[in-house]
Formats: sequence, C-alpha cells, structure tokens
Amino acid sequence: MTGDKVKADDAIGIETVGMTMQFGNFTALDDVSIKVKPGSFHALLGENGAGKSTLVKCIMGFYHATKGQLMVNNHEVEIPDPRAAHAIGLGMVYQHFTLVPSLTAAENLVISRDDAPAIIDWRKEREALADFLNTMPFKVPLDQPVMSLAAGEKQKLEILKQLYLGRRFLILDEPTSVLTPAEADEVLGLVRNLCKAGKISVLMISHKFREVTMFADEVSVLRRGVMVGGGKVSDLSTDQMASMMVGADLPERNSDRTGSPGHKILSVSGIRAIDRSGLKSIEIDKLDVCAGEIVGIAGISGNGQMELMEILNGQRKYSEGSISIKGLSYSATRTEARELCVRVLPEEPLRNACVANMTVAENIGFRYFDVKNGGSTRFWINNREIRNRAADLVSAFKVKTTSLDSLISSLSGGNVQRAVLARELTGQVDLLVISNPCFGLDFSAVAEIRSRIITARNSGSAVLLMSEDLDEILELSDRIIVMSEGRLAYETLAAQADVGEIGRYMAGHHA
Amino acid sequence: MGEDIGLWGVPLAIIGGAIRVSTPFLFVSLGECLTERSGRINLGLEGTLVFGAMSAYAIAYETGSPWLGVLAAMIAGTIFGLLHGWICSLPKVNDIAIGIALMLFGMGLAFFFGKSFIQPVAPDLPAISFGFWSDYPQVQAALKVNILFLIGIAASLGLWWMLRNTKIGLRIRVVGDSTDAARAMGLRPNVVKLLSTAAGGAFAGVGGAYLSLYYPGSWNEGISSGQGLMAVALVIFARWNPIYCFWAALLFGGAGALGPALQSVGVTQGYYLFYAAPYVLTLVVMIFTSSAAKTMTGAPAELSITK
Repeated sequence: MTGDKVKADDAIGIETVGMTMQFGNFTALDDVSIKVKPGSFHALLGENGAGKSTLVKCIMGFYHATKGQLMVNNHEVEIPDPRAAHAIGLGMVYQHFTLVPSLTAAENLVISRDDAPAIIDWRKEREALADFLNTMPFKVPLDQPVMSLAAGEKQKLEILKQLYLGRRFLILDEPTSVLTPAEADEVLGLVRNLCKAGKISVLMISHKFREVTMFADEVSVLRRGVMVGGGKVSDLSTDQMASMMVGADLPERNSDRTGSPGHKILSVSGIRAIDRSGLKSIEIDKLDVCAGEIVGIAGISGNGQMELMEILNGQRKYSEGSISIKGLSYSATRTEARELCVRVLPEEPLRNACVANMTVAENIGFRYFDVKNGGSTRFWINNREIRNRAADLVSAFKVKTTSLDSLISSLSGGNVQRAVLARELTGQVDLLVISNPCFGLDFSAVAEIRSRIITARNSGSAVLLMSEDLDEILELSDRIIVMSEGRLAYETLAAQADVGEIGRYMAGHHA
Repeated sequence: MGEDIGLWGVPLAIIGGAIRVSTPFLFVSLGECLTERSGRINLGLEGTLVFGAMSAYAIAYETGSPWLGVLAAMIAGTIFGLLHGWICSLPKVNDIAIGIALMLFGMGLAFFFGKSFIQPVAPDLPAISFGFWSDYPQVQAALKVNILFLIGIAASLGLWWMLRNTKIGLRIRVVGDSTDAARAMGLRPNVVKLLSTAAGGAFAGVGGAYLSLYYPGSWNEGISSGQGLMAVALVIFARWNPIYCFWAALLFGGAGALGPALQSVGVTQGYYLFYAAPYVLTLVVMIFTSSAAKTMTGAPAELSITK
C-alpha cells in the first residue's frame, strides 16, 4: 500500500483565474491570475503582506476566494477545505513545521496518510517506508522523535511527507529559511529534478533571489495584493525582480563599514553548559568581540547557537567558565545589562523578548520603564513618557501597528522584530547580541534591519551575530566563527573567507 | 498453620496492600494518562471517582450484581468526562478551572444521592485467591487479588499498545502534541479530546467502583482520600506511559498500605504518620522529577501545565 503511494501519475498544473479575496473592506488579493504549468517550478515573490499567503490559502481551501476560480489541469474545481485539496493531489509545506514533535518520523509519515490502517503493522510499514526512502535522494532517521532532529532534517521530512502522500502539486512556503546553503541546494535540486521528471509541479514562496534564479522556471511577483509582474526567470534579472517586488523605491542601504575594531568588549572563556536536549554539552573555550566589529557565528541549526544565545541572555545556566564585559564579570542581570549597555535581540522575539499580551508601547518600554532620565530607578511608572518614547520609536523604526495600545502579538513577524530592535538599539549600545534577526522577514525588512546592524557597528558597538543564514553572516560580519556540535570549530576573517571551507566546518567535516 | 510470622508480616502486608490499594490509583491514572495524552488535563477525576463509587454501590445494591454497579460507574464516569470535554471545547475555557469545578460538583452530587446508601450492604466484587498453596493466612490474605486489578493490568498493556500501534492511538498523540499539526492533518482536535476525556472518565468511574465494592467495600463520604488528585502526580511520575502508570500505582498503593501494615503487626505509636506516606511520596516525586533546565520527556506539548 505504502510503497506505491508515490503515484507515477503526471504532475498537476494549476491556474488561478481572477482570484480576489476581501476581508471586510480590505482587499488582500485583487484579481490575481497565476498559471503553474504541469512539471514547472514556479516561484512566488512578494513582501510581507503582499498577499502570497492569502493566495496559497485560497488554493488550499483554507480561505474561500470572494471572486475567481481555481483550475486544476484545465478543469474548474471547488476546494471547500484543505481535505478536498489533498484529495486532488495539492499539498503544502508550511513555513512552520507541521510535524508532531514527540512522534518519530515513521509515526509522523504513517499517521499523516488518510488511509492509515486502524491497527498498524509496524514491520510491514517500516519495510514500505524503507522502500520509499530508497527511491528518494535523501534520508532521514525514521526512529527518532522528530523533536530531536535538526531543522534541516525536519524540512526534508516535511517534503518527504508530501511525496509520500502522493501529492503532485506542492506549495513550498519559504522552504529553505532554516537550511544551510548546501542543504537548501540539495533540497531544491531534488525538487527541481522531480519537476523536470514531470512528477510534481511546485509553487514556492521565497525571499531569496539566489534560489529563485538558480532553481525556478517561472516567477510571479505580488505587491499589495496585485500581480505586478512575472515571466520566465531566465528573462529577468534580480534587479528587475527586486524592483517589481518593492516598487520603485528600494530601501536605502548603509552597508559601508567605517572604522576598525577597538578594544575588547565581550569576553567569554571556558564556558561549559548542557544543551537543550540535556544530552550534549556546550563548550566555548574563548570568544572575544571587540568594539566596532561584527562577529558572525555560522552553523547549522541545533549546533549550540541557541544555547549560546541563552547563556549570554541569562536564560540558561552554565556550570563553568566566565563571561565578562569591558573587563567586568557579567551574569546578565538587569542592572548589569543596563550599566554595561548590553542589548539583545534573540530569535523568535515574540516569545523570547516580548510579553505577547502586553501592548506595543509597554513592550518597547521594557528597557527604561523603571529608570529615570538621570539613570536612577523609579517606583511609579510614567505612562505618558512610555507612550511618547514608544511613539517616537515606532515612527523612527517604521513599526506598522494600528495603535500603540495594540497587543504586540497582533503585529506581523517583521514588525515585532522592528519593535524589539527599536527598543534594543536606542540609547548607548556597547554590546549587541543578535540571533537570526531576519528569519522569515521580507526583502525590505531584511535590508533595513541589516543596515541598522551595520550602523550600530559603525558607531562603535560590539556585535555578536548568530545566524543560520550564511549569506547574512557573509554580508555583515567582520570575523566569522563556525559553531559545530556545541564548540567553536573554525574562525576566519570575513575578508579572507572561503565559503567552501566554512561549509565543511558547518557540516562537521573536520578532524 | 496460624503461627505468627513476626516482622515478615510487614512486607507481606505491604505487598498485599499495594495490590489492594493500587487498583483505584491504577484506573484513575490510566484515565488521566489517556486524557492528558490528548492534550487536556482533567482534575475532575476525583469527583468522577467519588461519584463512580456512589453509583456503583447504589446499582449493585439495587440489582444485586456488582458488575452492573461497575457498568453504572463507567457510564457515570463517561458522562462526567463528556461534560468536561464539552465545556473545555468552548472558546477561552481553562481545563484546570473546569476540572476543579467538576471535582466539587461530582463529590457534591455523590453525597446528595448517596445519603440513603450509607447503611445498606451491597455485594462485593469477586476476588481470586492466588495464595492457596500457602498455609499462612497472612500470605493467603495478601495474595487475594481482585479481578479488577487484573483487568487494570490488561488495560494498561492495552492502552500502551493502542498508543503505539493503532490509528486512534497515534491520532490522540498528534492532537496532544500539536494542535496545528492535527488541524493540518484534517483532524478535529476538540472531538478527539472530548472522546479521550470521556474514556478517561470511564476509567476513573471504574476506580470508584472498586473503592465502594471491594476495598474498603462500603459507601461513605470519606471513601476517597484524594486518589483522584494524586493520580495527576502519578501520571507525571509515570511520564505519560500507561505501563509506568501501573508500576507507579503499585508504588503509591504500597505507600498507602504502609500505615495499616504497621498497625497490623502491633505498632501502636506513630503509625498514623505513615498514613501520610502517599502524600509525602507525591511531594517527593514532584520535587525530584522536576527540572528547570530540561523539558520533561514524554510530556504532551499541548498540555496546559507543561506549556
């Protein structure tokens, strides 16, 4: 049963005809017509809020379009719910993993099948899964709980799952945002080969032009719910695509570095801690960051970057070693952070740096709500001052919010990031620790946030940047360190960086 | 025969007591385990247990059949479970608060309907004597095992198997671990949770039936001494694994039997302290199994206490 789930049937072509979606007065999609030919790899570009998710949700039956039709293989179809979409072979790989963390990969695959047997004969299923995996160019461990897999492996499993379920049209929502370049190329290369072989058609939402130009056949660009352009990727340049996506005004970039590294700010030595799973250890022998430099920590997710961030942020205990800032011992208390001017932008800021149920103004005020202008602490809160300062920062950092009193959780990911960055970059910043600042953000937000990081560096802040996006590390860093299996495995100056060498250390291929 | 076996009586009484006392722990914890695996916590099982004890006793007395009593307790437990599951499926409802409300409701209802059954004597559930080979009455007493205990062992094995090897079992785990994934899969989390809570309630009802129909074997208002609440700690201790639930129930049962065992060999002073053993054990278990740094392995991710 399972082995032949990957149907040998041909890829499905789909077409949206005049798709329009209105939420009240707001038009999220306006007359969008996109055609994905059978066996083609189609990229969908657009900023946050451009209507990409709305479009794919209409295709998958999560939303019912106000107007317009969906054609599948040139026949008009009605998709009342996702189940119906699945039944005709449409599948989606979401940006957030939809695997069940405590189930093993094998259990995840089998239970996702609509025809999963009431009583599961594991020996038979396992053989069928092994047969299925043998036809696939990559492997995932079947017997470990999914939560113990690295992000890259989870993403592979998500794609494997769709193929296992016999879906013949796949929507990939930023499928490579957590993968290394090598992994991303591997996964997308595989997907493209499957397209070429006529087995599947793909509609990929992406922000990475490199991937679009390398792998996609065709591209459609959305802006503010309107289809603004598209065509064969080979006929378009990156600049043309970028200008379609953001309109005429590209955000200003300030990536000119000025000045050279100054005196030492952050000094980490001999840190020993236990990682999130409780099974492996984090061992940081020596890590220094100087004023006016950006040190980028590259690595595949799950190699200890998250734990290092937590240690520096005071969220994780360590058994040995010391952290000092400007020569003073640092244990991440609020007073120390304030006196030593340490600012932090952790990953998933909504969870790690915000209180989701408090307002935008209150969240922006976290650094100074209890401090008077002179620097001494205060007992009574001055709400008007908090609001005024928040209002200034919201406009300075272009945080899009309906009001200062909206809950921060009602903001989009990019705007939460901007709000936290506004809070963290205000005032004197001597040390800035950042983790995956641009994860899942759109093109213009990424450019803006990166330029703010460069600006902080130029004005003399020491910046420690952890990112799973190697391009980001290469673009921003002065010095690059590769983290692998909880240790700092390799260090190089960015100017002399050899991407192949970095990739080898990221993959753990060192002595 | 009939001779004194001295201090050997203590471990023997503990083993016998463990088997006797553990059965309600076992059933309630299996029910709680099932409910929690679906991502809900039902603190109302204490109320379900007491109401199950009352309804089992009443029906057994009226019909003369203890098994009809057990059936009645199961039905009552199912109804309580459905009630909890249904209320919790409404938006913005907290399962812990509803659980506490239902616990008090179940106990109050049981006391109200149970007033007239305190005096009459209902038939007991049958037991099998595994101690026939021994001449010692203490051994015979210790090895007199109630059928419900054996059913409980079978149920914990069955539940364990079901969670691993059946579609229903995997679906319960999916819902308990990731509501998003469950929705993406086209499952309806609230329905799965409702049915799991109902089945969990039925288990707790059977636990109550054991209390009133076998040990201690009568209906009164103080019949449960918090077993339904301790079962929540027990499920955490057992890492949400039905097989471990069995061993944990035995351990708690043994702790519960400590006091009576000491009393039976003639310890006259301080044995009351040992009556508190299950409560102390609950505390100790909670302290030693909790860790600030590590996430609990096996905990269903959707559970409100582990979120």
